[in-house]
Amino acid sequence: MRVLQRLGGLIASRFLVIYASLALLYLMLPIITIALFSFNDPVGRSNYSWSSFTFDNWLTLFRDPTLVKAVGASLRIALVSTIIATTIGTLMAMALVRYRFRFRKAIDLFVFLPLATPEIVLGASLLTLFVTLQIPLGELTLILAHVMFNVSYVVVTMKARLSGFDMRLEEAAADLGATPWQTFWKVTFPLILPGIAASAVLAFGLSLDDFVITRFNAGQVQTFPVYIYLKVQKGIPPQVNAFATLFFVATVSLVAIGALLQRRRANLKP
Amino acid sequence: MGLIRRHPALVPLLLLGPGLAWLASFYLAPNIQMFASSFWSGTLESGFSFSLANWVNYPNALDTYQEQYVRSIQYGFAATLLCFAIAFPLAYFIAFRAGRARSILLFLVVAPFFTSYLLRTIGWRTILGDDSIILGPLKSIGLIDPSARFLDTPFSVIAGIAYNFVPFMILPIYVSLEKIDRRLLEAAQDLYASSWGAFRRITLPLAVPGIFAGSLLTFIPAIGDFINAELLGNPGTTMIGNVIQRQFLVVRDYPTAAALSFMLMLLILAGVALYGRLLGTEELTSKAI
Repeated sequence: MRVLQRLGGLIASRFLVIYASLALLYLMLPIITIALFSFNDPVGRSNYSWSSFTFDNWLTLFRDPTLVKAVGASLRIALVSTIIATTIGTLMAMALVRYRFRFRKAIDLFVFLPLATPEIVLGASLLTLFVTLQIPLGELTLILAHVMFNVSYVVVTMKARLSGFDMRLEEAAADLGATPWQTFWKVTFPLILPGIAASAVLAFGLSLDDFVITRFNAGQVQTFPVYIYLKVQKGIPPQVNAFATLFFVATVSLVAIGALLQRRRANLKP
Repeated sequence: MGLIRRHPALVPLLLLGPGLAWLASFYLAPNIQMFASSFWSGTLESGFSFSLANWVNYPNALDTYQEQYVRSIQYGFAATLLCFAIAFPLAYFIAFRAGRARSILLFLVVAPFFTSYLLRTIGWRTILGDDSIILGPLKSIGLIDPSARFLDTPFSVIAGIAYNFVPFMILPIYVSLEKIDRRLLEAAQDLYASSWGAFRRITLPLAVPGIFAGSLLTFIPAIGDFINAELLGNPGTTMIGNVIQRQFLVVRDYPTAAALSFMLMLLILAGVALYGRLLGTEELTSKAI
């Protein structure tokens, strides 16, 4: 009986390892495909089947001016909306975690609602508002929209980070004669900076990748995802794969560097 | 500064102010506007007029697009189930067996988010294509029927949706598994529980909040999605998102589109309310990421 149980356990744990590896492979498969096909030299216009290896797509990264403009617009919108969303989202999270006031729970739920709303409803409702108010669609409306969905993500991320904050550090600073302003910049801010950085990376990535809300409120502006969407029928140039791979490697490196720095800081602590 | 010192209760209000104003202007107001638009009649050219008599927009829209609603709910459920089947063993492995590799594996789980959603979906076109790098060899060695098609079927749409939202399922389940006090499992073992018994009576019940949160966070974007149906499906797999998108951006029949979106929203709010009833909202708002 015991032998049988052992054997069962062994099979179960082996099975678990295999299953988990397959699941991870499944998660990475499209990304590997995207990167692989940035080295493809497609026959004809569509880049769906493998023909031969080339570095050309990487060397002609900036060949299509429309694509370069789209990437520029995406980066610009992502940068501006990340700065605004991270700032106002961090302030909101501080209020929600550290203060007790009326309607706190209601506000908490309200901030969460955009995350529970399908993107298509977010995009469509904004479009009806802009059309009714006759606000011309373009980069400005995209920034307004991107800040809106990013604020909620920043608040949720920062709330998790702030709830572990040791308030006694601030009390100690105050006891030692620091003004609230000094306490914030010398004690609080440096401690929550890793959280702020993590939220900013998340917001930047979400903005860069957003298609649905952008599609509704872009007007004539093409962002990177909109460019891809418009090219699906005619064939996506392989330079798109190169850009996407570049973005992926850049964000992954940023996150990895951030994690390493945090680990080093944690190790320095006595 | 002086004002704040005299009225410390103002501090949270000032901190919340900008964010609340933004969400009120660009989340709440648009949704109210959309609700109002669903009572419009007319066209973009002739102008729209509001009348409560236009409530018929709702039954009319529902009547015309009932099929797409039903399909969205079906695909949403199927994709959520598929996500659970993929996510639970992986989350369990990361939480209990991964040891030091844990943070790297978690990072791999969210890594797909760092590439373009559209390209990832298009990536599946490459992978599931009839003679793709993966299916081609499998077909030639006879593991798969050579005439089998995966692309442009309900299967590819559901699989695509599941792929795109599976991290939303993995992370909440992982969080709830990771929180489980290991001493409970040791105690169960000491009391001669089999490993299956311990799993069924300790691990699984304690993972329920995570499973619920994950299911909701997967199901919501899944039923509203239209990218997968458009890029991986055929005309017979259109979902309600495809209809809303078309009505807003191509047909420009705003009243119908607004009514359709509002009904989708109601469907989801019902789900969230049910969740809140069962498990409380705090659990959900803190589990999202």
